[in-house]
Amino acid sequence: MKIPNRLVTIAAAAALSCTAAAATDISGAGATFPYPIYAKWADAYKKLTGIGLNYQSIGSGGGIKQIKAKTVTFGASDMPLKPDDLKAAGLLQFPMIIGGVVPVVNVKGIQAGQLHLDGVTVASIYLGDIKQWDDPQIKRLNPKLALPSTAIAPVYRSDGSGTNFLFSDYLSKASPKFMSTIGANTSVQWPTGIGAKGNEGVANMTTQTDGAIGYVEYAYAKQNKMAYTLLTNKAGAAVAPNAESFQAAAANADWVQADSYYLILTDQAGAKSWPITGASFILVYKQPDDPASVNEALKFFAWAYKDGASMAADLDYVPLPAALIAQVKKTWTSEIMSGGHPVWSGK
Amino acid sequence: MAIIDPRHAAKQLIYERIFRGLTLGAAVLVLLILGGVAISLARGAWPAISHFGFSFVTREIWNPVTDEYGALAPIYGTVVTSVIAMLLAVPAGFGIALFLTELCPPLLKRPIGVAVELLAAVPSIIFGIWGLFVLAPVLQRHTQPWLIAHLGHVSYVGNLFKGPPFGIGVLTAGVVLAIMVLPFIAATMRDVFDTVPPMLKESGYGLGATTWEVMWNVVVPHSRVGIVGGVMLGLGRALGETMAVTFVIGNAHRISSSLLAPGTTISSAIANEFTEAVGDLYTSSLIALGLLLFLITFTVIAAAQAMLRRLERRGGFAA
Amino acid sequence: MNRRTLRKAKNAVFLLLSLVATMTGLACLAAILWTLLSNGIAGMSWRLFAEMTPPPGSRGGLLNALYGSGMMTLLGILIGSPIGVLAGTYLAEYGRNSRLSTAVRFINDVLLSAPSIIIGLFVYEIVVVRMGHFSAIAGALALAIQAIPVTLRTTEDMLNLVPVGMKDSSAALGAYPWRTTLSVLYPAARSGIVTGLLLAIARISGETAPLLFTALNNQFWSTQLNAPMANLPVVIFQFALSPYKDWQDLAWAGALIITVTILILSISARVILALLQAERGSGR
Repeated sequence: MKIPNRLVTIAAAAALSCTAAAATDISGAGATFPYPIYAKWADAYKKLTGIGLNYQSIGSGGGIKQIKAKTVTFGASDMPLKPDDLKAAGLLQFPMIIGGVVPVVNVKGIQAGQLHLDGVTVASIYLGDIKQWDDPQIKRLNPKLALPSTAIAPVYRSDGSGTNFLFSDYLSKASPKFMSTIGANTSVQWPTGIGAKGNEGVANMTTQTDGAIGYVEYAYAKQNKMAYTLLTNKAGAAVAPNAESFQAAAANADWVQADSYYLILTDQAGAKSWPITGASFILVYKQPDDPASVNEALKFFAWAYKDGASMAADLDYVPLPAALIAQVKKTWTSEIMSGGHPVWSGK
Repeated sequence: MAIIDPRHAAKQLIYERIFRGLTLGAAVLVLLILGGVAISLARGAWPAISHFGFSFVTREIWNPVTDEYGALAPIYGTVVTSVIAMLLAVPAGFGIALFLTELCPPLLKRPIGVAVELLAAVPSIIFGIWGLFVLAPVLQRHTQPWLIAHLGHVSYVGNLFKGPPFGIGVLTAGVVLAIMVLPFIAATMRDVFDTVPPMLKESGYGLGATTWEVMWNVVVPHSRVGIVGGVMLGLGRALGETMAVTFVIGNAHRISSSLLAPGTTISSAIANEFTEAVGDLYTSSLIALGLLLFLITFTVIAAAQAMLRRLERRGGFAA
Repeated sequence: MNRRTLRKAKNAVFLLLSLVATMTGLACLAAILWTLLSNGIAGMSWRLFAEMTPPPGSRGGLLNALYGSGMMTLLGILIGSPIGVLAGTYLAEYGRNSRLSTAVRFINDVLLSAPSIIIGLFVYEIVVVRMGHFSAIAGALALAIQAIPVTLRTTEDMLNLVPVGMKDSSAALGAYPWRTTLSVLYPAARSGIVTGLLLAIARISGETAPLLFTALNNQFWSTQLNAPMANLPVVIFQFALSPYKDWQDLAWAGALIITVTILILSISARVILALLQAERGSGR
């Protein structure tokens, strides 16, 4: 029986195009919070070394799942895992970058940095207790602003998200009602509002919907020229989100004492501190199945700590302080092992 | 004296067996695929089903943190969006089929028919992004405020139209679905109407009936089974549609009496949450949702196919 | 007299409504195509075909997504259409009215309309979980399963259209059914089977849900079948829901490319079928 020649040619062409050499790309998945800076770093790193970072920004929940399922080299999460969970899974976590979560609004006539809110008000909005923009509680905080009577459309994260964790953690600290009704976690039951996927989805949905309020990492608000709000911090001062206020919040952090780097930076003391600051963490296995890939990933992170700091500052992320970086590198050498030797080839 | 070389004949027989085996294998494979889908879904859903039992289908809660899941909100959303889609698409499809078979000048019949079918070829993701970027803002700025203002206070019906105009939500998803399903229903109805023997229609006209009367009293009863089959096929599609709905449904695991509220459907819940589901119970619950969808759509589509088959076999004569 | 006017009025009203319905349907098609064209063309540039999907905030193209979609569609058709054609041959030539054939036809029609996300879940369970990671081959398999029902249906219909006389002549010459099928039926039904292939390609190139958890996505160029591969529908999904203008432009451009491709394929299939019918009508 003759096999048509055309079929053979097609099959051969298909087979040939698939035998490309295995790429040394690093694979990671997780938080959308640091995605803008990770993407910038990956682009620069690829131009420098030819090694690509394939990062799927699917949310912290997804990152945790994928690294536990060993489908990626590293996971990324804005909610630090508790030391017990880490030990049980054989994972190591370390902070990579610090940033801030900012509320953003889409209300006619309100520009960036004009609206002033506080934790209790935002909590009430998300609880559904405050339904319109000209509510007295909002008016009280913004006596000079002309607020329309548009209905408030709260936008929240529908996927498992560290940004969600930071935001709900802050609201739980600010409002006892929020704490008891909703609580703080990567995924919570919001009683009202629209769900969107990823920081990107929230940013998009907020921009699309009139009268919406959402919460995104600051880089998203900055890159997309969204109207972020001011917040009242623990010291009672109204602060604007920027590298300075994130830095102020991070300055109080005592990383040396933190077990497995488990530290939550929301609602920090300090007159200039931004109340919803957080670190984004990387998760890798302590005894990786593929030490070579993990080594490549660690080399990338080391490069990012050093040469990526200015790119991070451009997007108003806060690079880690030098002492913390040194501490993290020591942890790499002492904890990530394969066959008795440290996996990381640097110092 | 052998005309045919026995070795040649034997080889031909072997080839025949092989070919027949291949085609039979391929046919059986189709059955195996469906069986495989059912079995793998059931297996994946088992942890959730054994954990929650029947209450899985009756609870609204969906909390990945406390690991408690209930399918009520997705089921509600799936059903409501599909019902809205059917309420809008069936009359419209009927109208289009009526136009194409009775009113349309012969020259335009083909182009318009093709245009309607081209709507069916547009991938569902296009409907999704069009719904989000074009339809939702229009609904938010004009239609929904109008609905709230005029119908929000009417007793009974008013509850359907309460709440802030988000633009996206159950109603928007229903409208997008309606536009998606419209070409299928219109095409099926048109095909069914075309099978009505002209003699039956002529008899009606001969008695002095108007076009509408012939349509309603002759064509429709004759094509009853086909119409129902076509509608159910459209329903099956609407129930299972993912991308068109995911963009505009609002992703809220909540049941609300208002059509303007955000909600979720089974397929959009799976599409949104599957890659991030941490934990066996979460993943299993999502697969259990998939199993539910499979059972629902299988029943609807199977019934629809059975009806359409009956029509095909009956041919063109009236019952 | 009154009754007659009433009937005529009713007639006019319903016919008008049917015209309105048709106009609405056409208007929707026009609106969607118009939005697609205006937004998609704005995003079009030579970059689309030369560069990879960019990180947010920079410009780029869709090359890896186009390649990925093309590769997976091709593989999906290569795997799925032989199965569909062979099964359709069984139904037309061997099975005919056996219980197995009736069951297969029925199940096939169910698969044709089944929600594609279920197929994605199925392939996830049997391929992705087993392999331990997402891959292009898993995506191709999911697409193949979607291609089978279309090709099966068209093949069976087309084979049934071949004049019985041709089959009988072949059998009279002593040919086994396999010989008849390969040498007589397939060539005779060639255009019809090709139509089936075109329709299957049109169908699977627009599918997003089956690829969401099989092939996932990849922002770099990848030709490895064993790894996640970029593809147009999932890229559109991700980019359209993002707040970045560059990404949204790319999403619209990608949507335009997919729609134009599918429309061309569908129209070609239609044209071939029409030519086929004309051929038959003129008495071969």
